[in-house]
Amino acid sequence: MSNIAIEFNNVGKQYRLGRVGTGTLSHDLNRWWQTTILRREDPYLKIGETNDRTKKGDSDYVWALRDISFQVEQGDVVGIIGKNGAGKSTLLKLLSHITSPSTGTIRYKGRIASLLEVGTGFHPELTGRENIYMNGSIMGMTKAEITRKLDEIVDFAGVERYLDTPVKRYSSGMTVRLGFAVAAFLEPEILVVDEVLAVGDAEFQKKAIGKMQDVANGQGRTILFVSHNMAAVRSMCKSGIVLKDGMVNYMGTAGSCAEYYVNNNSMGELCSFTQYSKPGKVDVAKEVVFLSVGIENNQTKFNSDDEIPFHIELWANNTVKNCRINTTIFGMDDVPIGGVSSTSTFEVKAGEYIKVRYSLNNHNIVPGTYYASFSVGIGDYTVGQRDFQVVSKSVVFEITRVGSGVEVVQWQKCWGNIMIPYTQEIISRVS
Amino acid sequence: MQDYFEIKPKSGLFDIDLKGLWRYRDLYVMYIKRDIVTVYKQTILGPLWYVIQPVLTTIMYMFVFGGLAGISTDEVPQPLFYLAGITLWNYFSAAFTACNNVFAANAGVFGKVYFPRLVVPLSAITSNLIKMLIQMLLFIAVYVVYAFMGTNVGVQWQIVLTPLYIFLIAFHALSWGLILSSLTTKYRDLTFLITFGLQLFMYATPVIYPLSTAPANYQAILQLNPLTPVFEAFKYSCFGCGIFDWGGLLYSTIFMLVTLFISIVVFNRVEKNFMDTV
Repeated sequence: MSNIAIEFNNVGKQYRLGRVGTGTLSHDLNRWWQTTILRREDPYLKIGETNDRTKKGDSDYVWALRDISFQVEQGDVVGIIGKNGAGKSTLLKLLSHITSPSTGTIRYKGRIASLLEVGTGFHPELTGRENIYMNGSIMGMTKAEITRKLDEIVDFAGVERYLDTPVKRYSSGMTVRLGFAVAAFLEPEILVVDEVLAVGDAEFQKKAIGKMQDVANGQGRTILFVSHNMAAVRSMCKSGIVLKDGMVNYMGTAGSCAEYYVNNNSMGELCSFTQYSKPGKVDVAKEVVFLSVGIENNQTKFNSDDEIPFHIELWANNTVKNCRINTTIFGMDDVPIGGVSSTSTFEVKAGEYIKVRYSLNNHNIVPGTYYASFSVGIGDYTVGQRDFQVVSKSVVFEITRVGSGVEVVQWQKCWGNIMIPYTQEIISRVS
Repeated sequence: MQDYFEIKPKSGLFDIDLKGLWRYRDLYVMYIKRDIVTVYKQTILGPLWYVIQPVLTTIMYMFVFGGLAGISTDEVPQPLFYLAGITLWNYFSAAFTACNNVFAANAGVFGKVYFPRLVVPLSAITSNLIKMLIQMLLFIAVYVVYAFMGTNVGVQWQIVLTPLYIFLIAFHALSWGLILSSLTTKYRDLTFLITFGLQLFMYATPVIYPLSTAPANYQAILQLNPLTPVFEAFKYSCFGCGIFDWGGLLYSTIFMLVTLFISIVVFNRVEKNFMDTV
């Protein structure tokens, strides 16, 4: 038990939907009457249902989090993933004392610093230096601590020149840098980070992630990290928790969590056909448009050595001599796997309806779920190109095996998504 | 298990985190500094505004209450009488408003970071105290000028109790502000009532009139107002007019201690979940 840094025990958080603020007086009085005078359970805690934001519920009360129990070991870096509204931020808010749970207890060891936003408490009229002190003390640093780290903070943020300029004159990026720099030099035992890394330019994001990795690896801090960026979760976190509708859906290593989330939550079902428009109801501003994209025979499962045949229906508003179709295949985490920049062109005439069979051969994509996006246009990678229409996530298919009868026992994500064909021969042998 | 902290749905009524409050003392100083420094940034007259405001108000009161309404000032020169009242009242009203707005004005920060929320109202009464002391200097200057010009200003020994008067006003403002702010987070109607009520309350306090001018049966009611003895005592100490009443001051002190206690308990309770309702 002594190694446990954070423990959630049946934690739940209930919210009331709709018009908070008015009309609650009667509920408040009823609750007070039932709990304090009659010593019964809170009547409103019993109502409430699973928090699925897409469905209309019967009750005004919902559980943003329900029955959450888990333990985090000291020095662990935990990625918390889930769809919008799954309860990730609520969980962080409970842990960082901003609001208290409706049921259950949370126990933790050491000081918690929460980074739910960068630059909390920045005042536009104060200078950069003053704001470092302001923000630092809000985050729980003492003045002496900040003074000791001031040079490092300024250096990390890279705003030395503007240190004595009011923050309202800063660019938004500089403000974010300054805010993150202060947070980066906090020294709590537990660091709680919401998706703050999504802001700032690429260089800064890299710097910020690097800093967080240092903190996690070198200094043995416990970090809870909420993100939608699966790549960041995979690279930073050791373990993970997938939340769904306010409940823990899956727990495991960061990699397996990311995998689980991607497979179960992104688009979900495989899809072999998408209709875009019908003849006579097409967008006439485009030369050529997609009517539909599908896979031959509605097949959705393939082997790595199978041909993947798409059926594409086009409608031409104008005559185009060198029309071509391109495609890009994406993993479910939106990472592009590969694509076709087609050099086989065909002619379409105004008012024509064309059906094309378009198939991928020898793709060697490793088992997993993928989707394809298509574009119709002119030109290719040798001459530059122009698209008339781009359609995204037209079909979702799965690669189940490498070849018939061959199962993949181990293929790690970090090896990539294409099995590259190779040859090998022994040139000489000396003994 | 001794070093584990717990977060539970409901905590004890008197779980007040004084240790945490002490740990955040630097933040308290930062908030005071911020309040003072930022108010008059990008103004030409800067901190002079602290002084200009009461001067203009005094002139206004001399015209309206002294001139048009002809309310007595107990033979004290009008500028002195009004300035004394205004200085104290402005402090009460500014400190009260700041405490009352704690949740609304800081919702952004409170929603993102935890620190003992009591830091903010405490720093608010302190930064307003500093502003008040600047105004007090103005009052003293005018007072000295009158004394040199030969007016018998009638200072009393009770003037040494001035810190007590200020202390009472500060903590009355804090405790009322906190109690009401805890209610306003949930029931917004109160904000309107409070702004209006504060204006009315000024007339229920002997700020611009001496208590002695009020009809006898009203005086008893006015004396229920815990601020009445403080304002009267201050004027008595400065001018020798009005009523200095130890009993009244004791009443005011006890009143303050009780409301302060209630306010901290209520505030402590509300701060835990106010983010869900604000």
